[in-house]
Amino acid sequence: MAGIRSRSRTPLPASVQDGPAAPAAPARRVGGGLLDPRLLWKSLPGAFQKLDPRVQLRNPVMFVVEAGSALTTYSAVIHSSVFAWTITGWLWLTVLFANLAEAVAEGRGKAQAETLRRTKRETTARKLAGWRPGDTAYRIEEVPGTRLAVGDFVIVEAGQVIPGDGDVVEGVASVDESAITGESAPVIRESGGDRSAVTGGTRVLSDRVIVRITSKPGETFIDRMISLVEGASRQKTPNEVALNVLLASLTLIFVMAVVTLQPMAFYSKDPQNLIILVALVVALIPTTIGALLSAIGIAGMDRLVQRNVLAMSGRAVEAAGDVNTLLLDKTGTITIGNRQAADFLPVGGVRVEALADAAQLSSLADETPEGRSVVVLAKERFNIRERGAGELPGAVFVPFAAQTRMSGVDLAPAAGGSGRQVRKGAASAVRGWITDNGGTVPDELGVLVDGISAAGGTPLVVAERAPGAAARALGVIHLKDIVKQGIRERFAEMRAMGIRTVMITGDNPLTARAIAAESGVDDFLAEATPEDKMALIKREQEGGKLVAMTGDGTNDAPALAQADVGVAMNTGTSAAKEAGNMVDLDSNPTKLIEIVEIGKQLLITRGALTTFSIANDVAKYFAMLPAMFGGVFPGLEKLNIMRLHSPESAITSAIIFNALIIIALIPLALRGVRYKPSSASAMLARNIWIYGVGGLILPFVCIKGIDLIIMNIPGFR
Amino acid sequence: MSGAVAGVLQLGLLVAALAACYRPLGDYMARVFLSDRHWRVERAWYRLAGIDPGADQRWGSYARSMLAFSGVSVLFLYLLERVQNHLPYANGMAPVPSFLAWNTAASFVTNTNWQNYAGESTMGYTVQMAGLAVQNFVSAGVGIAVLIALVRGFMRNKTDRLGNFWVDITRAVVRLLLPLSVIGAVILMAAGVIDNFTPTHLIAAVTGGQQTMVGGPVASQEVIKELGNNGGGFFNANSAHPFENPSPFSNWFEIFLMLVIPFALPRTFGKMVGDNRQGYLLVAVMLGLWLTSVGLISLFEWQHAGTALQAAGGAMEGKEVRFGIPGSALFAGSTTATSTGAVNSFLDSFTTFGGMVALCNMMLGEVVPGGAGAGLYGLLMLAVLTVFIGGLMVGRTPEYLGKKIRPTEMKWAAAYILATPFCVLVGSALSLGLSVPQRSILNPGPHGLTEIVYAFTSMGNNNGSAFAGLATNTGWYNLAGGVVMLVARFAAMIFVLALGGSLARQQKVPESAGTLKTHGPLFAGLLVGVIVILVGLTYFPALALGPFAEGLR
Repeated sequence: MAGIRSRSRTPLPASVQDGPAAPAAPARRVGGGLLDPRLLWKSLPGAFQKLDPRVQLRNPVMFVVEAGSALTTYSAVIHSSVFAWTITGWLWLTVLFANLAEAVAEGRGKAQAETLRRTKRETTARKLAGWRPGDTAYRIEEVPGTRLAVGDFVIVEAGQVIPGDGDVVEGVASVDESAITGESAPVIRESGGDRSAVTGGTRVLSDRVIVRITSKPGETFIDRMISLVEGASRQKTPNEVALNVLLASLTLIFVMAVVTLQPMAFYSKDPQNLIILVALVVALIPTTIGALLSAIGIAGMDRLVQRNVLAMSGRAVEAAGDVNTLLLDKTGTITIGNRQAADFLPVGGVRVEALADAAQLSSLADETPEGRSVVVLAKERFNIRERGAGELPGAVFVPFAAQTRMSGVDLAPAAGGSGRQVRKGAASAVRGWITDNGGTVPDELGVLVDGISAAGGTPLVVAERAPGAAARALGVIHLKDIVKQGIRERFAEMRAMGIRTVMITGDNPLTARAIAAESGVDDFLAEATPEDKMALIKREQEGGKLVAMTGDGTNDAPALAQADVGVAMNTGTSAAKEAGNMVDLDSNPTKLIEIVEIGKQLLITRGALTTFSIANDVAKYFAMLPAMFGGVFPGLEKLNIMRLHSPESAITSAIIFNALIIIALIPLALRGVRYKPSSASAMLARNIWIYGVGGLILPFVCIKGIDLIIMNIPGFR
Repeated sequence: MSGAVAGVLQLGLLVAALAACYRPLGDYMARVFLSDRHWRVERAWYRLAGIDPGADQRWGSYARSMLAFSGVSVLFLYLLERVQNHLPYANGMAPVPSFLAWNTAASFVTNTNWQNYAGESTMGYTVQMAGLAVQNFVSAGVGIAVLIALVRGFMRNKTDRLGNFWVDITRAVVRLLLPLSVIGAVILMAAGVIDNFTPTHLIAAVTGGQQTMVGGPVASQEVIKELGNNGGGFFNANSAHPFENPSPFSNWFEIFLMLVIPFALPRTFGKMVGDNRQGYLLVAVMLGLWLTSVGLISLFEWQHAGTALQAAGGAMEGKEVRFGIPGSALFAGSTTATSTGAVNSFLDSFTTFGGMVALCNMMLGEVVPGGAGAGLYGLLMLAVLTVFIGGLMVGRTPEYLGKKIRPTEMKWAAAYILATPFCVLVGSALSLGLSVPQRSILNPGPHGLTEIVYAFTSMGNNNGSAFAGLATNTGWYNLAGGVVMLVARFAAMIFVLALGGSLARQQKVPESAGTLKTHGPLFAGLLVGVIVILVGLTYFPALALGPFAEGLR
C-alpha cells in the first residue's frame, strides 16, 4: 500500500522526527488533504445512490429534508410555477450536497482501500503439517492462504509473501513491510523477543522463517485496515450518538413549530402553501451539521490514517481527545534513542585535549551510537581527526565485553606500535583495571563520577598505560540522554490543554528526575516494570482520568489493554497490537500527542458546526417570516431587516443559502477546524466568536447577496 | 416622585433584598437537604405515614413516589371541590362542576394555579384552605424535591440512589415553606392584607348604596401563593384586589416573596456540588434575563403611543393606580419569569410588546429564575445542553461538574426541552384550528391569537397567569388545559429525575485546564444564547402572527 504514503500523506512535522538535528517545530496545525475537485466529481454517483430513503433514515435531519423534497415535488407538479420548481430543485440539491459530503469523505478512504486490496492477493501457504516448535524435520503441505487456521505453522522463504498474521517462532528474516507502512527499508523479524510479529501480505526478502498463524483469514491486519479506511465497520461514536439525539430533537421541535403554524395561519386568514412550509422546516432544522456530521467522523479517521495510525474504532479516537494523562516512554519519545557524549572532564592535571584524544582512540572501533558520539565530540570540540586503522600501527582493538565492561585499544609494540594501552568503560571496571596495573585512582575521579550520575548522566572513565609505567586515570566522558528538541514546548502545550504527561523509564530515579526536569515532563515513573505501569494506569483511572500510552512489547499488552487509548507500535509483538486500540505503522511513540490533537479536533469540528448551524436560524427567520405573512400583516415587513426583494426571492434566497453553505463547508468538515493547542477557555472563546457570532451574522450577508442576484430573475420580481 | 425614580428605587431595593437573602437562605436550604437529622415533628409524621426516612431511592422509585403523591393530590382536591357543599365554611357554594374541578385540581397540583373560576364566588373556605392552600405548599415542595434529586445526581458518585422523595418534600414544607410563610403572612397582615373567617361585609360605598365585600383567610394563602410560585388568587382579581395587595409596600413584598426562593436556589446548588461559583453563574444569568424583561416591560408601558395615554403618563389601562407603571411592570415581569402567575394588573391591556415580553418570559421555559425548584432544574437542563455544545467546542466529551454528557444524558435533556413546546404548540394549534375553542376568543385578529398562545404557554410552563380576553371555563379549555398542565409538569419532572439518575451513576471526572469552565462569562453568554435562540426561536412563528402582527404597523 504505497498509496497511503505517496498519494495523500503529509510529511510529519519536524518536531516528531527523531534526531537532535531536527529544527524547532514551526507552528503546527493538524490538517488533512485538501478537497480535490476531481474527487467531488467522482463522488457524484455515490451521492445519488445515497438518495435511497433507507440510507437517509440513519440521519434524521436529512431524512426530513428528503421527505420534504418529495412533498414539494408533488406540490410543484400539481401547482407548477417557477418559484415552486426552484424551491423543489434546491431542496433536492440540499440532500444531494449532504450525500456528496459523505461520499467524498468515504471516497478518500475507498482509494486507499483499493491500493491495500491490490496487495492482498491470493497466496499459497506452505503449511507445516504436524510440526511442533523444536522439531528439525518437517513436511510441507501447500494450501491456499485462505484455508489457514489459527495455530498453524507455515514456512516462508526469501521472495515469498507471508500468508497471514503471525509470530516468528523460528529463524530470522528481513521483511519488506512497505505494503503496510509505506516504509521501503526492510525490517528484521526474528523469533522470540519483541520483534517477532509479522503481517500477512508482507514479503520476506532474505532467509527463512517459520511463522505461527495468529489470525483467521478475513480478519487479518490488512483486512481490518481495509474495512477501517473504507468506513465499512464504522460505528457511531458516543459523542456522535449524543449529538444525533440533540439534532433529532431540534428537528422535531422545528417540525412541530411549523406544523402548528398552519392552524395559526388559517386563523390569521393566510394559510401557507405546502412548499413554503416545507421550505421553512428545512431552513430551521440543523441541516448544516446534519449534512456534514458523518463526513466529519469519516474524515477524522482518515486524518489518522494519513498519519499512518490505524484506530480500531472511532470510539478510541474520541477517547484520545478526552485523555487526561499521557504515559510516554522516555526512549524514543522524550529523548532520542541513545545517550551521547556531552563533555570530557580530565583529572590529575591531564590536558583536556589529551583526554579527548585518548577517548577518541579507544572509541574508534566502537560502533555503538555512544562510541560514535565520542568520536564526533572529539572532532567537534578539538578538531581531532578520526584516524583510520592504517594510521595506527599495531593497533589491536579490545571490544566491549559484558564481563570486563570496558573497551579500548592496545598499540602493540610487536607491530610497530608504542605499546600504549587505552581503556574506556564503566567507572568500577576501569578503576579495577588501573589498580590491577599498579596505578592509583585519584579521589577527584570519584567526585566527578558521582557528580555525573547525580545529574542523570552516565560517566565513562578513560585510563591509559604507557609502556613500563603504571596505569593512570585520564578523566571522564560525560554521556547523557539528549532530550528531543521542541519536546519541552510540546509538554507546555499539553499542560495548557489540561493533559498531564508522565515519563516512563527503566532508569534509576536520579537519572529519571534529571531528564524529567530537562524535558519539562510533569511526572515520571522510574525503574518502571510492566506491573508499575499497570498500577499507575489503574490509579489514574480510579480517579476518573483517561490514560493514553504507547507500547510495543508483549509485557506491555496488559497495560495497553487497560489504557483508554493504547497505541501499539507496528514493530511490536502481535500481542501488543492486539491489546491496543490503535497501531502506529511508523512506530513513532511521539505520535501519541498528535493522536490526542486529532481526537480533539474531531470533537471541536462537530461542536463548531453545530453552533454555526443553530446560530444561522436567526437570519432565516428574519428572511422567511415577513415573506410568509407580510401580505396579511403589512407591519411584519418591518422584520424584513435585510430588505429582501420579494417574498419569493426571500424564501428562495434562504433555501439557496442553506444548500450552498453545505458545499462551502465540506472542505472544513474534511480538514477539521483550525486547532491550536491552548486552554479550554481560549478555545471556547475563539470558537464562539467564529462559529457562534459568525454563524449569526454570515447568513444575513449571504442571504442578502443571493437575493440581490435572484431578484433579477423573472418569476421572483 | 416621578414614576421612573419610583421604579428604579423599587427595583434597586428588590435586588438588594434578594442579594441579602442569597447566601443565608441558599445555605440554609442546602443544610436542610444535606442534614442527617430529622426533626421530631417530621419523625412523628414519618411514623404516622409509614415512611422509612432512611431509605434511599433510585430515580425510578423517586419518580413513582412523586407521581403517586401528586396523583393522590389531584384526586383528593377534585373530590374536595365536588363535595364542598357538605363541608364546613362552604359559604353556600355549590359543588364545583366536574370539568372545572378537574382543571382546578390539575392546575393546583402542578403548581400552575391556572384559574378558570372566580375564587370568591366558587370556592368555600375549606376548599381554599384544606385543598388549594395545601397544594400551594406541597406542589412547591415537589418542585424543590425534584430539583434536589437532580442536584444529588451531580453530587454523588457511582450510585443509583437520589435520596428520599418523602423526606425531601417533608423538609421542603416543614423547614422551609411553613416557617417562611408564617413570617411572610404576619408581614402581609401588618401591611393590610385581611385574614378572617367572615363570609361577607356590608359596606356603605362612597357613592351611596351598599356593597358586599367578601372576606376570608387571605393573608395566610397570599403568602404561599407568592412564596411557592403558585399564583392562584383568593379573589378573582388576584393581587390587584385591595384585600390581597393593598399597598405599594405589600406589592413590593409580594414580588420579593415570589423571587426569593428561586433566586437563592442557585446558592443551594453551588453549596451542594461544592463550588459556589456555579451558583453565581446561574444566578447571574437568571438576574440578567429577569432584569432585561422587567426593563423592557417598563419601557414599552411608558412608551405607549397615543395622546390620552401619554397624558396619563403611559399605558394605565388595566393597571392599579396605587401601583402605577413601575409596580405593575415589575410585578408582571416577575410573575411571568417565576412561574407564579399572580397578577396585579391585566396583561391583556398591556401594550402589545409589553404583553409580549411577559409571554416571552414564559416561553423561555420558566428558568429566569422560574418557579421554586422547577426554575433551577429547568435551567440546569438547558445548562446540560449548553455544556454539550460548548464542551464539543473545546475538544472533549462534554462534562458538567465532572459528569459526562453522553447519549443517555442527552436523551433525557432533549426529551425535557421537547416536552413543553409540544404541549404549548399542540394545545394552541388545536384551539385555533378547531371551531369550538375559537369561539372563546373575545378579541378577533392577532390579539385573539396571542390570547390563546398565552393561555397554553402559561399552562404548558406551569405559570398560571392569564392574558384574559379568553373565556376558558369551557369543556375544551378545562379538559385540554388540565392535560397540558399535568403532562408539561410531570413528564418534564420524570426526565429531570432520569437525568439525575444517570448522572449519579457516573464517576466524576477531575477538572483540568482542558475542561470547559462553567462559571465564567463565556459560559454565561453561551447559556443565554441557548436559552434565547434554542428555546425562544421555537415560538417565533407564533409571536410573529400574534404580538408582532398586532404591534408592528
